[in-house]
Amino acid sequence: MNRFSYLRASSVDEAVREAASDPAARFIAGGTNLIDLMKYNVEQPARLIDITHLPLNQIDETDSGGLRIGALVTNDEAAYDPRVQDRYPLLSSAILAGASAQLRNSATTGGNLLQRTRCYYFYDPGTPCNKREPGTGCPAATGRNRIHAILGTSEHCIATHPSDMAVALAALEAVVHVTGPDGERAIPLSDFHRLPGDHPEIDTTLRHGEIITAVELPAADFSRNYTYLKLRDRLSYAFALVSVAVALRIDGDAIAEARLALGGVAHKPWRDPEAETLLHGHPASEDRFAAVADHILKDARGYEDNAFKIDLAKRAIIRALSQAAAGTPQSQTDKRIQ
Amino acid sequence: MQQTNAYIGTPQNRVDGRAKVTGGAKYAAEFEAPDLAYGIVISSAIAKGRIASIDTSAALAVPGVLQVFTHENRARTAWFDRNFRDETAPPGSPFRPLYDDKIVYSGQPIALVVAEEFELAAHAASLVRVEYETDAHMTDLDLRRSEAYVPPKKRSNVKPPPSPRGDAEGAFAQAPVKVHAEYRVAIEHHNPMETHASTVVYEEDGTLTIHDKTQGAQNSQSYVSSVFGLSTGQVRVVSPYIGGAFGSGLRPQYQLFLAVMAALELKRSVRVVLTRDQMFTFGYRPLTIQTISLGANPDGKLVSIMHDAIQTTSPWEDYQEVVVNWSNLLYHCDNVKLTYQLAQVDTYTPIDMRAPGAALGVTAIETAMDELAYAAGIDPVELRLRNYAEVDEADKKTFTSKELRACYQLGAERFGWAGRNPAPRSMRDGRELVGWGMASGVWEAIMQKTAARAVLTLDGNLEVASATTDIGTGTYTILTQIAAETLGLPMAAVATKIGDSSLPKSPVQGGSWTAASAGSAVQNACLSVREQLFKYARQMDNSPLANASIEQVMFADGRVCLMNDPNAGVTFAEAMQSGGVERIEAEEKASPGMLTSLRHSGYSHSAVFVEVKVDEDLGRVRVTRIVNAIAAGTILNPKTARSQIIGGVVFGIGMALEEESMLDHNLGRFMNHNLAEYHVPVNADVYDIDVIFVSEHEEMLNPLGIKGLGEIGVVGTAAAIGNAIYHATGKRVREYPITVDKLLG
Repeated sequence: MNRFSYLRASSVDEAVREAASDPAARFIAGGTNLIDLMKYNVEQPARLIDITHLPLNQIDETDSGGLRIGALVTNDEAAYDPRVQDRYPLLSSAILAGASAQLRNSATTGGNLLQRTRCYYFYDPGTPCNKREPGTGCPAATGRNRIHAILGTSEHCIATHPSDMAVALAALEAVVHVTGPDGERAIPLSDFHRLPGDHPEIDTTLRHGEIITAVELPAADFSRNYTYLKLRDRLSYAFALVSVAVALRIDGDAIAEARLALGGVAHKPWRDPEAETLLHGHPASEDRFAAVADHILKDARGYEDNAFKIDLAKRAIIRALSQAAAGTPQSQTDKRIQ
Repeated sequence: MQQTNAYIGTPQNRVDGRAKVTGGAKYAAEFEAPDLAYGIVISSAIAKGRIASIDTSAALAVPGVLQVFTHENRARTAWFDRNFRDETAPPGSPFRPLYDDKIVYSGQPIALVVAEEFELAAHAASLVRVEYETDAHMTDLDLRRSEAYVPPKKRSNVKPPPSPRGDAEGAFAQAPVKVHAEYRVAIEHHNPMETHASTVVYEEDGTLTIHDKTQGAQNSQSYVSSVFGLSTGQVRVVSPYIGGAFGSGLRPQYQLFLAVMAALELKRSVRVVLTRDQMFTFGYRPLTIQTISLGANPDGKLVSIMHDAIQTTSPWEDYQEVVVNWSNLLYHCDNVKLTYQLAQVDTYTPIDMRAPGAALGVTAIETAMDELAYAAGIDPVELRLRNYAEVDEADKKTFTSKELRACYQLGAERFGWAGRNPAPRSMRDGRELVGWGMASGVWEAIMQKTAARAVLTLDGNLEVASATTDIGTGTYTILTQIAAETLGLPMAAVATKIGDSSLPKSPVQGGSWTAASAGSAVQNACLSVREQLFKYARQMDNSPLANASIEQVMFADGRVCLMNDPNAGVTFAEAMQSGGVERIEAEEKASPGMLTSLRHSGYSHSAVFVEVKVDEDLGRVRVTRIVNAIAAGTILNPKTARSQIIGGVVFGIGMALEEESMLDHNLGRFMNHNLAEYHVPVNADVYDIDVIFVSEHEEMLNPLGIKGLGEIGVVGTAAAIGNAIYHATGKRVREYPITVDKLLG
């Protein structure tokens, strides 16, 4: 762990100003990931700007009928908020599929989006890692890669993004509101995280000094036909090998709109709008679901330990679409898969 | 005769339970000392080579940093290997921390940064720069298999495989029913809740009081004394509570060496606590490749058993455990060939982990027996009964007791095994395939020479003491029960002191031997106190016991009285006052009976029955029901005993489905070195576990009939789960853990 200075910010403007003037500064909120990474010497921020006292902990209605979740709303507050449970149960379910009650009580909405990969090598400064130290190499590609990506990888990095919440937000087409030195802007969730490409050290499109103020959920009705299906190496408290968030709008016998996002398979929540359109106007059927799954995974690439994820992802997509279409979402407490 | 203070065999709460849940129980890293300094260990990033340079200047420049110890400035220590060899060390040259510039495994400790504060030490550690010269390493057992060898020197207390009997190859070739397969169990690390830690208190007179996370206070004491050239009088190890160990605390670990060295050099108290990732930088359950060939007649009777194992060890020690002997111990067969070999890889030496050897060997043989049951078309329980070993055939001894048959019967009844359709994929519950599987378990009933002291005082309180430890097993409680019952006192009047090297001599706690060994020693010490007490009671003026022999009296409620006339008696206090003593003290030993062990073999046994539900499309396994029937002689405390078995079974769930230390062979390094990625079962993975203690009369091993329970719960559980998964899915997975990729692949 390194020495660092600490500032408790009293306003968003102050937080932005202080962060923008110091390239080695990091915001800290729940600290459930950053402090671990500091203990491992993976992150060595010279300055921590504590944002926990900023007024960003409300969930508000938006003018357009959606919800705006403040960046400091904890994961448990978001998951158990009656408006979220009622109108966005997919989000609630995804949050409850992750971590533990203790972690969710501390972790925040903004911090969840910014958590870093769980790649073994990234976490171990005794090994090379392009994400941690650009240019040192990616031992995961030829090493142990059970938990690594099968979509959107690059020769420099095959890490995944570990969030469950972000997968649901991708399916719900949430918007991330940020404030920075140049003012406010809104980033669609799908553009918030990036693929590793030539710069795996950069996880998101957030610019230095920008702070997440809220995540906005647009008005939509996916409260009946949805599911969050998470497959992992034990029945709870593990990151996803593959997870699937599905939100469907069903009109009569046909699927009018389909949203599908995958977790655990890429450097960002993975969506494939083209595959989703294969469902539009069609009744639910396993054959069609399988075609969607094949389309999403057509460019997937497996490595020595994780090639199984391609087949597993297809099976998970089919099951998740079946659950959503039937209106029988996956329970996050009963570990039997419906 | 019903005694008032009859505690043996009754369910009792843990006597240390309140201290543990209220924070009163202190663990190694929780002891304070004046001017305590803090050490942080720096671990090697490479697996093999040498340290070309180590630059500690930036770390030393941090105000508050006291010293950075490396191979360049370490203290002088003992010269001979024997000085580093602890009581459980396998043959070889023990690892010496900071000995020289050579790197022999990834994660090896290469420096200790000591500072006034923990945070300063952690910060300074991040400033140490190390340059390595790298040599080629090898951690892949498959690539070292051809160089496997029979260990030239046997490890003490580990039986090599018996000589072959009959003609196993010939009988196998002729056998009408055969199974031949290779089985693997992944490397596991113990991962107790408490990470390894040592707080070394540098006393004013220069002696050391050490709070060490250890399974043997005296083992740590003698290691420290001999390595650093101190007398045992200068070193006291006090470890009253251990937060789990599972074998990882059997050998003194490197944090102890480093903390002692720093304390002696700096002449002040030092604490060193390993991080969770550093818990992956010493011993582990070795990777084991087993090959089993079973030949049988159509009726399932075995005509040939061949069981071969190859295990990893380090280049500097020949770690050994009993892996293959169990096959013939469980099953009668006239043609048997068992082999056991080691292969060296560039990791630390493996170390015993809960049911060492048996957890691996029995997993393989019990999976193979399930395969044989299907090959022969015989029910798995019936197959085991047809091959039931009535005697220990390898050693030509009879069993001291063996109620395994009752385990099969009672376990099967409780589970409802009779309703099983043997056909794979024959049971279903919605989208889940349901499978029922079973396996046997076995573990040796071991006793080790142990001493204990009992002191009865005039106030009616009894203190019993032995240097043994309690690693969470319930030792405090059962020793208290034995002492209270032997002397006829309420448990509340008995104080049990353990985990202190200054107490009567005890071996490390391990091998499931502590209850039998320390329990018998405590009983003997209390019996000796009884005799003295009785002597005083009889010598009293007008003693109602004047004409009685000790066999005719009983000790209950703080009185000694006639069995056939309980009103005729005296209180302990009256007897002691009459004898003019304020305390009665006795120290006694208990040892395994040599005559018994020449003629008899002592083992505990179990039968595990498991139900799994497997999602047909997604391969997700839920272990929905387990019945484990245990025959282990006298069950001292059914409540703590049940917890012991449940813990063992959960360990088995981990082995079956989750636990795997992933080695990156390119780097020679374990990679999933945290509890997020090294998976042990969580609450959601554990459904119903039903423990049955089968009545087993044992009188040969020790007077109380104790066999021990620490290991037996894990043995067989993984195989029973694997067998249930086969029954559910029709897929035989021979590499544990059985993860989703293996089920769907």
